[in-house]
Amino acid sequence: MLQQKIAGLALAAAALGALAMPAAAQTVKIGFIDTYSGPFAQAGDELDKGVKLYIKEHEKDLPPGVKIELVTRDDTGPNPDVAKRVAQELITRDHVQLLAGEIASPNAAAIAPLTAEAKIPFVIMNAAGVNIPRISPYVVRVSFTLWQISLPMGQWAAKNGFKKAYVAVSDFIPGHDAEAAFTKGFTDNGGEIIGTTRIPLSQLDFTPILQRIKDAKPQAVFIFVPAGKYATAVMKAWADLGLKDAGIQLVTTQDVMLDEELPNMGDIPLGIVSAGNYSSAATRPQNKAFLSAWNQAYTEKAIPDMFSVGGWDGMAAIFDMIKATKGKFTPDEAMNFFKTWKNPESPRGPIAIDPETRDIIQNIYLRRVEKVDGRLANVEFETIPQVKDPWKELNPPK
Amino acid sequence: MATEGLVRPRLKPAPRAPLAPQQAIDAFARRHRYRWWEALPWAAAIAAYVLFPSYLPLGAQILATILFALSADLVLGYAGIVTLGHAAFFGTGAYTAGILAVHGWGEPITGLLAGTAAAALIGFVSGWIVLRTTGLTLLMQTLVVATLLYEAANKASWLTGGDDGLQGMEVWPIFGQFRFDMFGRTGYLYCLAVLFLCWLFARHIVYSPFGRSLTGIRENVRRMHAIGAPVRRRRLIIYTIAAGLAGTAGALIAQTTGFVGLSFLNLERSGGVLIMLIIGGVGRLYGAFIGVPLYMIAQNRFSEIEPVYWYFWIGLLMVLVVVFARGGILGLSERLRQ
Repeated sequence: MLQQKIAGLALAAAALGALAMPAAAQTVKIGFIDTYSGPFAQAGDELDKGVKLYIKEHEKDLPPGVKIELVTRDDTGPNPDVAKRVAQELITRDHVQLLAGEIASPNAAAIAPLTAEAKIPFVIMNAAGVNIPRISPYVVRVSFTLWQISLPMGQWAAKNGFKKAYVAVSDFIPGHDAEAAFTKGFTDNGGEIIGTTRIPLSQLDFTPILQRIKDAKPQAVFIFVPAGKYATAVMKAWADLGLKDAGIQLVTTQDVMLDEELPNMGDIPLGIVSAGNYSSAATRPQNKAFLSAWNQAYTEKAIPDMFSVGGWDGMAAIFDMIKATKGKFTPDEAMNFFKTWKNPESPRGPIAIDPETRDIIQNIYLRRVEKVDGRLANVEFETIPQVKDPWKELNPPK
Repeated sequence: MATEGLVRPRLKPAPRAPLAPQQAIDAFARRHRYRWWEALPWAAAIAAYVLFPSYLPLGAQILATILFALSADLVLGYAGIVTLGHAAFFGTGAYTAGILAVHGWGEPITGLLAGTAAAALIGFVSGWIVLRTTGLTLLMQTLVVATLLYEAANKASWLTGGDDGLQGMEVWPIFGQFRFDMFGRTGYLYCLAVLFLCWLFARHIVYSPFGRSLTGIRENVRRMHAIGAPVRRRRLIIYTIAAGLAGTAGALIAQTTGFVGLSFLNLERSGGVLIMLIIGGVGRLYGAFIGVPLYMIAQNRFSEIEPVYWYFWIGLLMVLVVVFARGGILGLSERLRQ
């Protein structure tokens, strides 16, 4: 306890120092919660880079006299108790005006009730759990939901000659969302699901499950696991068991076919089809500009992915709000701005926030892994324009 | 005091009897009395409440974790039962309180008692089996119990939320009056009060003849067998009590943070509490009060200052403690005093 006291005194001194600084007339404080440690740190890193790059490129566009201050905190991965405490501290101690970031859905779900209590707008840049914006009216999301991505995947598979499919997802909320959405899209268009498996998150060996799928002989298999080590492990088992040679088509979401992971996968993923809201291989001029800024800031080899673009667009929304209000806003004014925010110039194509649900409306792309200039890329071959989150239309608020 | 009356007359007639035994007797007679410095942790905790109102959510977690470490000290430090599965009881308490709160019973104090009782029950049943073994086998058995509970919680996702954790806990105000506020004031004082009561209880156990016999079991189990002490029963009793206290700690964290997840049951939790205890000092009752705040405040500060690479500094701290302060901070201060 003595140690606590000493550390505390040091803190108090630091806090006094901070108070003594003349507060700049318009400093907008943003609490940025991201994952920097644990198994999801790679995703957190991409998100962080997207956010920082946007700030670096656009800081000069802020109204004169207005500055932003990013207070960055680590939530250590899917640990809602840590995430919630960090958010609590950002609100009560650092007095942030906005919260932003968040990779993991359970964390965002734990933070959301706080934002309602404290009236702090919360710009979610990744966490895709479908019902999170319903928890608090101060949540707005610029990323995607698994429904938004998996439903078009199911529709495409059924319409393109696949009649029998197997579904394997990770056993947590995003996995359940992906399973339900793909199943709906697939069966509504005449497909048949011949088997479903939920894989515990603690399991990293996918060989037994993929063997079972191989034995079931479906025409297509839909797999959803979180990006990172899970996706890599799936691809390894996929190659080891030779499912591609057995004539089974893998359809999946962008999480498994992460752009920056593709170069590490050899030629195994060639031909895999996935649905997503962003591919770094997109040829839109806005994406070309984004890529060149990215490569300039983070070396030629660095590849942005859906996390980076989530951070980039999230900051774009925040910057636009600050510009519109000249840095002076109440929480409700900020939310009103976010609800009707549009950006036709995003690297992922035109995006807009749906005022009803505070979720994003965006193009969903079907992509196939192909070789472009000697390296693998998710090449977009079909666009489903301006998709709203289908779950919220199927499940209207009570 | 009875011993004083019995022993003193025998010593007095021998004028040349060295003073030392008398001092030892006095020390024994006095050892359970409160000393002035025992008030320090509580004074510091109250001072922290006044001085750092914006750190109360962290403070509440520290207080609850101190209780968890204190319960680990009872089994490891006093009874010498080496366990890597203490999180089993922490998680049981947390899930019990959490599941009650999700299903419409958010009264905190009964929830806390239910968590304690459930954890004590698990402690009794598992202890009845695993305490038949010793040493490495025991270590593995405790690990097995925690792993089984972890997988059970993972599988029963309809009840526990599985990997997503238990969301949507509604904890009612304490005594219907004091709401758990966002600044963490209620949570802090609630944890402080519970920790204080549990500490009184633990202190009472440690200084009782029962506690003495536990130390005897730790130091020389054969001799304790030889003098006819019911070794197994005593180990089981302290194991059950410590499990209950760990359950209380888990329930406290669940109620103050409004969340329970699988990480409450994992090996990292069991190992983490041992690390904090070892930093403070094992088998000294106050090791938890030093190690836990030190570790958690350091963790918090490092992750604020350097959110990306903060684990490095934690690692460095661990290395320094292991190299320069074996026996923990308390052990170090004892050595310095000698």
